Amino acid sequence: MIEIIKKTNINFMGLRKFTLVISGLLLLLGFVAVYHLATGTANLGIDFAGGTAVEIKFEKPVDLQKVRKVLDTRGIKDFELQDFPTVNKVLIQIKRDQKELGKLSEQIITALREGFHDNKIRVDSTTEIGPKVGAKLRKDAIWAIVLATIFILGYIAWRFQFRFGVGATVATFHDVLVVLGLFSLMNKEINLILVSALLTIAGYSLTDTVVVFDRIRENLRFITKEPVEQVINKSINEVLSRTIITSLTTLLAAGALFFFGGEVIHDFALAMILGIVVGTYSSIFVASLIVLLWKKDGSLAARKR
Amino acid sequence: MKSIRWKVALIMSTVILAIVFFLPNTPAFKYMPQWWQGNMPNRGISLGLDLQGGIYLLFEVEGDRAVEITTDRIAQRLKSILKKGKLGAEVKVKGVQIKVSPNTFEIRKAVEEAYSKLEVVPSDKELIFQIASKEAKKISSNATDQALETIRNRVDQFGVSEPVIRRQDENEIVVQLPGYKDPKRAVELIGKTAQLEFMLVDDDSPIAAKLPSRVKPGDENEILDRFKDKIPAADVILFQRIENKETGEVYKKPFLLKKEVLLSGDLLTEARVAIDRRFNEPYVSITFNSTGAKIFEEVTGKYVKKRLAIILDGNVYSAPVIQDRISGGSAQITGSFSLDEAKDLAIVLKAGALPAPVKLIQNVTVGPSLGRDSINAGKKAGLIAVLLVVIFMAFYYKIAGLIADLAMLLNVILLLGAMAALNATLTLPGMAGIVLAIGMAVDSNVLMFERMREELRAGKTPRAAVDSGYDKAFITIVDAHITTLITAAVLYQFGTGPIKGFAVTLFLGVLINLFTALVGTKTVFDLINSRREVRKLSI
Repeated sequence: MIEIIKKTNINFMGLRKFTLVISGLLLLLGFVAVYHLATGTANLGIDFAGGTAVEIKFEKPVDLQKVRKVLDTRGIKDFELQDFPTVNKVLIQIKRDQKELGKLSEQIITALREGFHDNKIRVDSTTEIGPKVGAKLRKDAIWAIVLATIFILGYIAWRFQFRFGVGATVATFHDVLVVLGLFSLMNKEINLILVSALLTIAGYSLTDTVVVFDRIRENLRFITKEPVEQVINKSINEVLSRTIITSLTTLLAAGALFFFGGEVIHDFALAMILGIVVGTYSSIFVASLIVLLWKKDGSLAARKR
Repeated sequence: MKSIRWKVALIMSTVILAIVFFLPNTPAFKYMPQWWQGNMPNRGISLGLDLQGGIYLLFEVEGDRAVEITTDRIAQRLKSILKKGKLGAEVKVKGVQIKVSPNTFEIRKAVEEAYSKLEVVPSDKELIFQIASKEAKKISSNATDQALETIRNRVDQFGVSEPVIRRQDENEIVVQLPGYKDPKRAVELIGKTAQLEFMLVDDDSPIAAKLPSRVKPGDENEILDRFKDKIPAADVILFQRIENKETGEVYKKPFLLKKEVLLSGDLLTEARVAIDRRFNEPYVSITFNSTGAKIFEEVTGKYVKKRLAIILDGNVYSAPVIQDRISGGSAQITGSFSLDEAKDLAIVLKAGALPAPVKLIQNVTVGPSLGRDSINAGKKAGLIAVLLVVIFMAFYYKIAGLIADLAMLLNVILLLGAMAALNATLTLPGMAGIVLAIGMAVDSNVLMFERMREELRAGKTPRAAVDSGYDKAFITIVDAHITTLITAAVLYQFGTGPIKGFAVTLFLGVLINLFTALVGTKTVFDLINSRREVRKLSI
């Protein structure tokens, strides 16, 4: 039997001083991101903000400064550039409402075609989103988040005893907020794909939590003499290897996407990787800790189910 | 033993079904016999626009404009009805409201008798009517239906294979043109209102001579403002766009026209491209139906030596002098077109005008090479994910790991088969969903194996370990997956095209994962255990 993790006996709950600080700091990032979203200062993608994006592939490596200059001299304003040097690609985005769609992307393409005579360009994609569509996509995203939250909470409420439900809920919000906060910290865009990734993380984050909780419940039923804190520690130690291995296999897949899936999927994969790591951490340290702290007496009432 | 046979049969038949459904997506389909191609599923998985390249356009039908246009028409008819009744009423239209003065009981009654669907707008002094809101909604909705039909006709004649044209929400129309590359031309063709009108040039008014002969593009409004109060009430100023072919210089030429529309494009039966031999320039030749031809003959006979302007969507295309009465009902639209422009104009004229203007509100164009790159990247990521997971599982769990690997491959085959059976659309995020599903597919097995290891450590026999490991892990596995199913369902409901693709693959992936883990892996273990008494479990 190969075992990554041999039989362990780590006092996970005893580490709460550190984990509370780490989670607190990470959550702070998440709240800052939420604050930015609420006040309209977040870095929204054009699908939410409305605007124009043009993805250009150059034949030869291209200097971003030159692209900037070419666009500047042709009177194109307020653009953001992002380059993908390994594939000679540049993404030009203008997050501004336009009266008439179609004109701006054409202007950008013409400017680059004329500005780079010696470097042939290929238009990989153009995306133009009018303000009405942007507003609708924002609304849909919010609905998706609200409904997913309600359903997941409903499921937790149905499946778990109250204190476990609280733990699972806190852990899920923790994971989503932390990934959102990290993305915001890296100044990455909040777009539809990220929202999908966050919802997927919310769904997946429960996988590990369920694994840990199932064991805690089982052990609480059989081991009635030890204090709850010890039973929780024992349970986590017992399921530590499966918690880590289930995450690891999904992590392998997300890693393959991150490195080989292409630039559109890159950020999605990054969010998934962060989500899986944070989710594993939270199911070990956060979810169980909440269960423990919620009712510290560890009375038999908590062991009924 | 009997139940194992049933399970094996179940698994085998799902695999065969999956392969049958997925066949159309493989090159092998072409070599299948005729009866197979004709009778078996032949659609399979289709690629989203983000993978095959193409154009996605979202138009908003300006339903308010349709209501305005109807209001205008009603007002014109009211005018003639009130004139006939000799009530001395004056009718004015402003937006969606019709103002009738003076405000007398007789006039009000006459209007209400003529149009029951008009409602009175509460006002102290004036008599104002508008189309009742329920009726207005119907007009707006009908406009979207008509626009959908017209756009469908246009796209059909445009010759793009497998276009998707559908209505969305109250007043939006989605147009997807797979494999098409020129968004500008597509937008021109689909978004053009194509309202063709014939009006008389008012050369008799003294103002006509005062209009400048050329106006810089962009300065049109200034001219309109300057002459607003000077031109006769029954006149209007419209512009012609003129481009100097040699210098590329563009300017606008204003025309003073009589507002009355003498003839319009709805009476047209045929429109096609012809080439002018003298200038070697394409033009569009149009033919009217019998009613149109009669009106055209009357008009041309009545206004000989005057100029007749041909107007498309408020822009003058030409204003030739009528030399003689024209019978036969055909006319030419010239305007220094390129051949493509002339072709597209003929298409839109023949398909008819849109009932109201449409506005482009979303435009996504993906080049074919990007789609190809994305597919390759997705395949590569998928393959690498499979390899990594396969190797890891085999290394960590030995034979049991290989069984899990088999289950995972089964998972992928069934997933592709299920997508093909549902004619699902594969998008780039959808490919990511498949890759993630590969990673999650073995989770269930990991949970089972770890349980089995525990049972073995506790001193149980291999068979007992398998059974109790499986039983105890069962509920955990279901619990762990349901929330992901919930997320996928919500994403499907609210996501846009590409995200929907992700939701579909994730949902099916997890569902099939439950089947392969709970039925597939267990069956293999049972098979092994049933042959002989296993002493040692390779796990």
